[in-house]
Amino acid sequence: MKHVDEYRDGDLARAIAQRIAAEAQSDRQYRFMEFCGGHTHAISRYGIEDLLPENIRLIHGPGCPVCVLPMGRIDDAIRLAAREEVTLCTYADLMRVPASGGSSLMKAKADGADIRMVYSTLDAIAIAEKEPQRQVVFFAIGFETTTPPTALAIRLAQKKGLTNFSIFCNHVLTPAAMQAILDTDDGVEIEGFVGPAHVSTVIGSAPYRRFSTDYRKPVVIAGFEPLDVLQAILMLVRQINEGRCEIENQYRRAVTESGNAKAIDEVAEIFELREAFEWRGLGEIPHSALKLREAYAEFDAERRFPVATKPARDNPACECGAILRGQKRPQDCKLFGVACTPETPMGSCMVSSEGSCAAYWAYGRFRQYQNETRKAS
Amino acid sequence: MNKHEPAGRKLDLRNGRVELSHGSGGRAMARLIGEIFHAAFDNEWLAAGNDQAAFDIPAGRMAMTTDGYVVSPLFFPGGDIGKLAVHGTINDIAMAGARPLHMSASFIIEEGFPLAELKLIAESMGEASRAAGVAIVTGDTKVVERGKADGVFISTSCVGIIPAGLALSGDKARPGDVVLLSGSIGDHGVAVMSKRENLSFDTEVLSDTAALHELVAAMVETAGGAIRLMRDPTRGGVAATLNEIAHQSRVGVRIDEKAIPIAPQVAAACELLGLDPLHVANEGKLLAVVAHEAADALLATMRAHPLGAQAARIGEIVADEHCFVQMTTAFGGGRIIDWLSGEQLPRIC
Repeated sequence: MKHVDEYRDGDLARAIAQRIAAEAQSDRQYRFMEFCGGHTHAISRYGIEDLLPENIRLIHGPGCPVCVLPMGRIDDAIRLAAREEVTLCTYADLMRVPASGGSSLMKAKADGADIRMVYSTLDAIAIAEKEPQRQVVFFAIGFETTTPPTALAIRLAQKKGLTNFSIFCNHVLTPAAMQAILDTDDGVEIEGFVGPAHVSTVIGSAPYRRFSTDYRKPVVIAGFEPLDVLQAILMLVRQINEGRCEIENQYRRAVTESGNAKAIDEVAEIFELREAFEWRGLGEIPHSALKLREAYAEFDAERRFPVATKPARDNPACECGAILRGQKRPQDCKLFGVACTPETPMGSCMVSSEGSCAAYWAYGRFRQYQNETRKAS
Repeated sequence: MNKHEPAGRKLDLRNGRVELSHGSGGRAMARLIGEIFHAAFDNEWLAAGNDQAAFDIPAGRMAMTTDGYVVSPLFFPGGDIGKLAVHGTINDIAMAGARPLHMSASFIIEEGFPLAELKLIAESMGEASRAAGVAIVTGDTKVVERGKADGVFISTSCVGIIPAGLALSGDKARPGDVVLLSGSIGDHGVAVMSKRENLSFDTEVLSDTAALHELVAAMVETAGGAIRLMRDPTRGGVAATLNEIAHQSRVGVRIDEKAIPIAPQVAAACELLGLDPLHVANEGKLLAVVAHEAADALLATMRAHPLGAQAARIGEIVADEHCFVQMTTAFGGGRIIDWLSGEQLPRIC
């Protein structure tokens, strides 16, 4: 596959891994947080940790929109879908996310709610057009990458004069969450960030500047391919060794400093900041999420239908919160692989394809035993 | 099924549709069976017109299997539900190392289904069964109200004879055994997905649907005693099958990503759809776990057969109390190959 294989080349990987091993100073710990679930996934899927020296530790960040969505919002979606007139359209990732009382969208669907899995916002628009008697609600979720497609859907619905289309908006912002991680005084040492890939194609590299100026943390924006991640790690190691804390861009083939102006403008036109939004694991974060502007209120499911998010509590034994903050690793959770598996998830980190528990379960859980064996021998 | 020609007009095979009466046991049903199924399947057992087929069997052990087919869409690049219903069930018999003998076919048809499409499907089944040398000797037809099924569902069963001395089973893999794969992975799943509503994309990928019993027969002839087990990695793909083997045999499996054949178009489609090709369904491939010393000979036999031309040695069985299937990635790291979680794509076969 052209434009893909060259970023997964095993020989190049070995070469970069050798450089990292040569340059990482053995008396030093390097703790880097990869913010995005996409990076976590690449790290696990390609076994990148096997190529790194032991003093480089990767801490999985909260960059998985499904994982950081509080359970109360899934409950809201289920209540919306339970309405006789509503067809709820959602990305498949959300279907198995645990809701209150052991429910999920999947279970609500089996109970008769009209919930349909779609691949894009345009599918939801098509359903609204085809079935004018249904109130089609799109479960909008995601970081800055998925907000422009939602904006496009709103634009399209407006143009087509659709009165039966609305969105349940859960779009959240990356820099706000990175800042919250750094502001939390919880003892997690992070020396630098592997910065978001797709998000940065939209917002550019400029919004991360404060992490270098105010927090003195290097950020290397990296693509989601495994060689991207390895190269970003090498760049972070060099910054640390040289005492630099800059915003560097490894993902130059897609990310510019100012981002995608058209997408940014369109999002700004349709959405505005929420005062605050609750993040699973991170709590209330000010100015960390978006809602529809007044001018687009007619497309807002939260205004069209009575949605009053009730606080919902995760299973008390579930460690997703600490895992999302980087304080714990999936294998540190007592539920991991015992009560909580992808088939019987207790927390959304085990369900979402970008969740660190899911990545660890699907690709990396043999390491747990490898380490045990190592310790034993 | 009944061979006797009923009175009245012939079916309108161009524009006609299946009606409830076509399943009600009357003349209309006899017409449907005669003009579509008997015509397409055409064999002496069916022509006898009895409620069952009677035939002699050679001495030895028999294998029997059954499978339901609900694939959507009914017609996809490289095949259709009919072909799949013949090949898939034959393959389940073949994976015991058995020679398939005869099969049955049962149809649940939705009222309003175009007769022309039913005829195409039946003809495709007839063609597939003749090519495989496995006659469809008995069957059944039911029609359900519109909306109670989706076009047509097919269930087929097959019996076969296991050669003397052969006892393949999923619990027989042992550390040191070799894992062979008969060809490229993911073709069927990608071909079907490419025609799905909301997902359709242009691709030249064809389903790999094929009957594998002749390939199996060649392998059995080469070194039947060295074959521990065979499986066709259908739903859940190679990943699910290897996990089944690991758990049944209480062993681990180690495979090498670079050794797994995959067509570039399939890899590209999976990349685009975010799928792991190891989870994508195949309908004409087999995995064999074989004794180390016979692996080369068996691989050569597979490669000499058209359905095994791309066969590869993809890994080995290891001792592992956790029954992990592990892979060395082309990138150089290690990872687990897990079962597919949830539903990748309903109604793939």
